[in-house]
Amino acid sequence: MPINKDELVKMVDEVPAFPASVHKILDITSNTDCSPKELVAIIEHDPILTIKVLKLVNSAYFGLSREVTSVNHAVVYVGINTIKNVAISVATAGVLPDKNKAGLDMDAFWLHSLSVGVIGRLLAKKHAVPQTQQANYFVAGLLHDIGKVLFAHFKPNDYKPVLDTKARVPAPLFKIERKMLDVTHSQLGGMLAEKWQLPPDLIKAIRNHHRIGKISDPCDIEIAISAANKISHYVEEKQHDIEAQVPKISEVESEWLGQSIEDVIHSLDNLEEEIDRAKAFINI
Amino acid sequence: MIIRLRGVRGSIPVPGPNTVKYGGNTTCLEIITDEKEKIVIDSGSGIRQLGLDQMAEMPVTVNLFITHTHWDHIQGLPFYTPLFVPGNKINIYGAFDPVYRKDIREILAAQMEYCYFPVRESELNADITYTSLQEGEPVVIGSTQVTPILLNHPVLNYGYKIESNNKKFFFTGDYEPATNIYDEADDGYALYQEMVDKQNEIITQFIYEADAAVMDAQYTKEEYVTKKGWGHGTYDSCIALAKKAKVKQLFLTHHDPTRTDDQLDTIFDDLKNTYPDEDGFILSPAKEGIEIVL
Repeated sequence: MPINKDELVKMVDEVPAFPASVHKILDITSNTDCSPKELVAIIEHDPILTIKVLKLVNSAYFGLSREVTSVNHAVVYVGINTIKNVAISVATAGVLPDKNKAGLDMDAFWLHSLSVGVIGRLLAKKHAVPQTQQANYFVAGLLHDIGKVLFAHFKPNDYKPVLDTKARVPAPLFKIERKMLDVTHSQLGGMLAEKWQLPPDLIKAIRNHHRIGKISDPCDIEIAISAANKISHYVEEKQHDIEAQVPKISEVESEWLGQSIEDVIHSLDNLEEEIDRAKAFINI
Repeated sequence: MIIRLRGVRGSIPVPGPNTVKYGGNTTCLEIITDEKEKIVIDSGSGIRQLGLDQMAEMPVTVNLFITHTHWDHIQGLPFYTPLFVPGNKINIYGAFDPVYRKDIREILAAQMEYCYFPVRESELNADITYTSLQEGEPVVIGSTQVTPILLNHPVLNYGYKIESNNKKFFFTGDYEPATNIYDEADDGYALYQEMVDKQNEIITQFIYEADAAVMDAQYTKEEYVTKKGWGHGTYDSCIALAKKAKVKQLFLTHHDPTRTDDQLDTIFDDLKNTYPDEDGFILSPAKEGIEIVL
């Protein structure tokens, strides 16, 4: 059954954050002198908290409209207390259930999001993207699959058959979504990012991470996140001892990376270490 | 333009023998433009006497700008008599609170709910308008322009720049300059510092060469060590900003409620010794009742 996208995007304000972050936020903010950097670290590892902070600072109330991409930048701009308040209001709204009716594995989702963020940032570094912009790549990776949470949380009865089909059929998830729901998680995430007036490059990175070969003149961050997503899936499969196949990459990715996927993976400093660090952070 | 300081105390009104010289009322600034337009910034307890004085000139049109909605900046509003009198026009401006999603009217009306105050907002007889301001968008009042800038405080706080006939005045509201949340040894330190420096530069440019500024200096730098994150500046942080921005006259306000007249005398005697008047920079304590003429 096709999904009403507008309806879904409207419901998004209600989506709660991940249990581990909610627990940590409520814990550290019960102390009035809570450490700002600890608070920022929690927010920037949680896709829901991150997108809500970005929504706030990119809203039309502020003059820097549509320019703030990282949680840190948000803190400098509106102050730690406002960001703390946003985090608390999200945290007190509840937690994302561990098990959703749709059957989306939330731990795996979260880990994959972090992993694409980490890889995105490493690719940016490798590509000599200025340091000030490398954080944007992490944020884009963290948020690239946000549409999946919306499907699973708000339309579990529609999304379950999609995930069940994915388990049986070797087709990519976004193709199954398109066929069964008429909209993909990347389109839905892109719509949300657009409605919340997030920076344009971030919207594009979310929207186009499965169709990089089909768009004209993609920007660096779009290419990086598309490639990071493929690399992350490959690394994850290899870890599960699956006969992992080196992913196919588009010409534009190949040109941007300047190396084969395998060479890129070998050349990424501390990839496993960084992913392990993220893993430890989210208690998985 | 004439600026009269109607309330210079931070946090809570402190009447009594120890606050006679500097004043015990909370924040309120009255501004009269060259065209005699009335602008008021903040409605701390200092606005009560201002309202009584304005009753002699009725009907009045007043443009009231709220820096932020902490009690000490709005608590005088229910006692601001012009609001009760038909024929007066009161235009209230302030920030939309994006965290609680309430506009300035909702927030101000809340303190006039029946359990707190006997007259409800809807019963006020003046013609009242409310406008939520966007940062950087100026409000034009006659030939005067009032522009808000976001300044760091626990709630969203706008500093206001008032420009009229080539004169520039600035009030911070409550403001604690941003500091680096990382330690120097941390990975994120340098990058964060870069963002802080950029933000400070934006603020410096915004108030550059102001003819006068009133800034929140609630703490000494020694006190600040244990008050970090409370949302207020220090004497030193204000002076540093004013000097960098080449502000000509700096008035330090938001005196801590525990501060006696004698203590403020001592603090300002020391400051005046360290920063004597010089061409292009004059430092003064904010005192209730003083007039700044630009």
